[in-house]
Amino acid sequence: MSESPVLESRDVTVSYGGRRPVHAVRGVSIRVERGETVALVGESGCGKSSLARAVVGMERIGSGTVLFDGEPVPPLGLRTRKNTGIQMVFQDPNTSLNPRRRVGDQIEDGIAAATARGLAGSSAGDWLERVGLPAASVSRYPHEFSGGQKQRIAIARAIAARPRLLVADEPISALDASTQSSVAALMKDLTRELGAGMLFISHDLAVVRRFADRTLVMLAGEIVESGETARLWAEPQHPYTRALLAAIPEPDGSGRIPASPSAEERRSWL
Amino acid sequence: MSRDAVLSISELHISIGRPLVTGISLDLYPGRVTGLAGESGSGKTLTSMAVLGLLPRGARVTGSIRCGDTELVGADRRTLSAVRGRRVAMVFQDPSASLHPQLSVGVQLTDHVRRHLGLSRRAARQRAVELLERVQVPEPEAALARYPHQFSGGQRQRIAIAIALACDPEVLLADEPTTALDVTVQAGILQLLHQLAEERQLAVLLVTHDLGVMSAIADEVAVMRAGVIVERAPRAALFSAPQHPYTRQLLAALPGSRLEEEPDV
Amino acid sequence: MTSSILTPARARRRRIGAQWRAPLGIVGAVVALAWILVACTAPLWVPYDPVAQGLPRLQPPGPEAILGTDSVGRDVFSRLMAGAGVTIPLALLLVGCSVVLGTLVGAIAGYAGRWVDETLMRITDLVMAFPTVILAMVIAASLGPSLFNAVIAAIVVSWPQYARVSRSIVLSLRGQNYVIASRLLGYSPARSLWTDILPNVAGPILVLASLDIGTAILLLSGLSFLGLGAQPPTAEWGSMISGAMENFDAWWIGVFPGLAILTVVMAFNFIGDTLRDAFDPLARAQSIAANTGETA
Repeated sequence: MSESPVLESRDVTVSYGGRRPVHAVRGVSIRVERGETVALVGESGCGKSSLARAVVGMERIGSGTVLFDGEPVPPLGLRTRKNTGIQMVFQDPNTSLNPRRRVGDQIEDGIAAATARGLAGSSAGDWLERVGLPAASVSRYPHEFSGGQKQRIAIARAIAARPRLLVADEPISALDASTQSSVAALMKDLTRELGAGMLFISHDLAVVRRFADRTLVMLAGEIVESGETARLWAEPQHPYTRALLAAIPEPDGSGRIPASPSAEERRSWL
Repeated sequence: MSRDAVLSISELHISIGRPLVTGISLDLYPGRVTGLAGESGSGKTLTSMAVLGLLPRGARVTGSIRCGDTELVGADRRTLSAVRGRRVAMVFQDPSASLHPQLSVGVQLTDHVRRHLGLSRRAARQRAVELLERVQVPEPEAALARYPHQFSGGQRQRIAIAIALACDPEVLLADEPTTALDVTVQAGILQLLHQLAEERQLAVLLVTHDLGVMSAIADEVAVMRAGVIVERAPRAALFSAPQHPYTRQLLAALPGSRLEEEPDV
Repeated sequence: MTSSILTPARARRRRIGAQWRAPLGIVGAVVALAWILVACTAPLWVPYDPVAQGLPRLQPPGPEAILGTDSVGRDVFSRLMAGAGVTIPLALLLVGCSVVLGTLVGAIAGYAGRWVDETLMRITDLVMAFPTVILAMVIAASLGPSLFNAVIAAIVVSWPQYARVSRSIVLSLRGQNYVIASRLLGYSPARSLWTDILPNVAGPILVLASLDIGTAILLLSGLSFLGLGAQPPTAEWGSMISGAMENFDAWWIGVFPGLAILTVVMAFNFIGDTLRDAFDPLARAQSIAANTGETA
């Protein structure tokens, strides 16, 4: 099937502020195919979260277009979203769930979104089991769960809507190191099962290396390098990518402190 | 170790309602970085808090924490505050939490120095500039007049370290000092901590869940799980030949870890 | 972790106040309930018809009229008890209307944002720019003196504070991830406002309302005192005090309704204070949890 990518952005810009606007995203074009996990990496302030928010319609786009299944994504304003094919997982699991509603009811919202689009229904308990929690948890409230468990519930809710695109904005960075990998793996498995695409935003290169099919490196609002994850890791082209990879401390017991880029180096990347 | 430990924790038990730390012993030596690794909830942060007497009310602490000749477990307020900041300083994960948002960096640095060391205003200012220079905050003179929010996360952590070092402590407790930072910024902070430990003969307790960070600067690593230290070994030995199954499990769980890719190593 | 270090001292300081606040809240609740009971049942058991003028005029408290009689020979005690049935329900009604109106206006302004917010909040500012009592007087006077119009005037001046509070809470929650998540799942703005946001507004608004009941009683009595509210011969506390102005020697005519207002206002304020304390530690605990949580 030679169909259009599930997500395509063309020359997207996002700016904030009035008189002296900050250009968070400067003309970014990306594609996410069905069943593909695309990672977007970069340091804080590079614009990766702004891009994620623009993709789902939370952020107004200055110029350019975002196409979901070939259709422009409407802003998430005062109009009700009919096409619930884009779902999102957020960074902070503590604010991702409504603290006053039972987790089962919140997952039911996801299921309802799927059935409203004419897709098969399912049960909240099944989804909880799918993300590794007991089905009986449906009647419990978010505060009864740990951060990692809350994130799993948020993932269950998003996936229950059977999205065609899952946008994950730093979904594991607030979690314990020991649960980070398993949550990332879970997200990858679930989206692949659905045949959905995933845009995975992270500053954690080690996780990205393990799970992403393709990786995009973002610096100061622009994509400076993109490619197959393995290729990018093996032969980074852009000096910024090289510096990023070199800065990761290897858990090898060597006592080597990774190099930290100097101010001159930083300037040379731009 | 030939030298004497500056801080020694022995048979430390902490319970808050239920036992959370059960019988920990750990020695910190000048000029060395001792790592305390483990998942959150393993009790590693509680241990470092106990050193400063910063546990929540209702916490029961037994055992011994000795800083030089001073026993810190059960010490009164005065003893603790003489030790806190002066002999034992602390750096947290979130630098914003340890910096006062409405006071300039200069005030926070000089206040501390003047109160603990009794320096004159001018001498305190001089020292503040030196400290900021040492932690590589650019334009230290100008930085004194600025407020925490005017700095990036990495610079804020450097300032927090400068404040921690202000009174020449013997021990620095660093609780996840780089967890909130980007990797490139983290590398700089790790370098700084490593250098400071060496040149100031500072005993550093590095609490982190990140074994990459551990591997970079810790001289010795203690792995903690459910309130007990399950394994304790020099860095190279721990990473190349982990003994305890839990340590092996931790190393294997690392994304892109060597153990996972080449299981026979 | 730093914030939790600070809590023991902070908690201790607050606990001293709280020791007294809970009993005061109970006292407040008992007094308020007693007055509400009186308001509901007074017509069944008061010794005299509160508007009948059959007794000797200006009689001091005595066996025949335990709180005396007023200048036209009405029993002060009967009027006082019947007055509770006028003032308290109206105050509750007025606060209820203000809460609903204000909360809705604020929630819509906060959620919709942009020009809707601008317009609604400028109207709110406009109302708040005038001194409450003076504005209420002007409105009541221009509508014509009656108890109903006094209530309308009081609603007009008291809804803006609810609008402010509800708007600020809605604004802070509007961008919360769970609100965004349910919008992405196809929630309409109204539904997300109702299920995700308004439940969080209820607590603070309830506290504000309970503190406002006292103010509402004062405002209604004040308008009646000025002749803009209850009209004779209605037994209403403010107009009873107003009637006492003609006969300063007959202290009982004014003092007892004054005491009645005092006790009711204080009772509701105690309740409000206690409610505020009950909600406050919750908010504090939540903020601590957020600070010490596993956020990167």
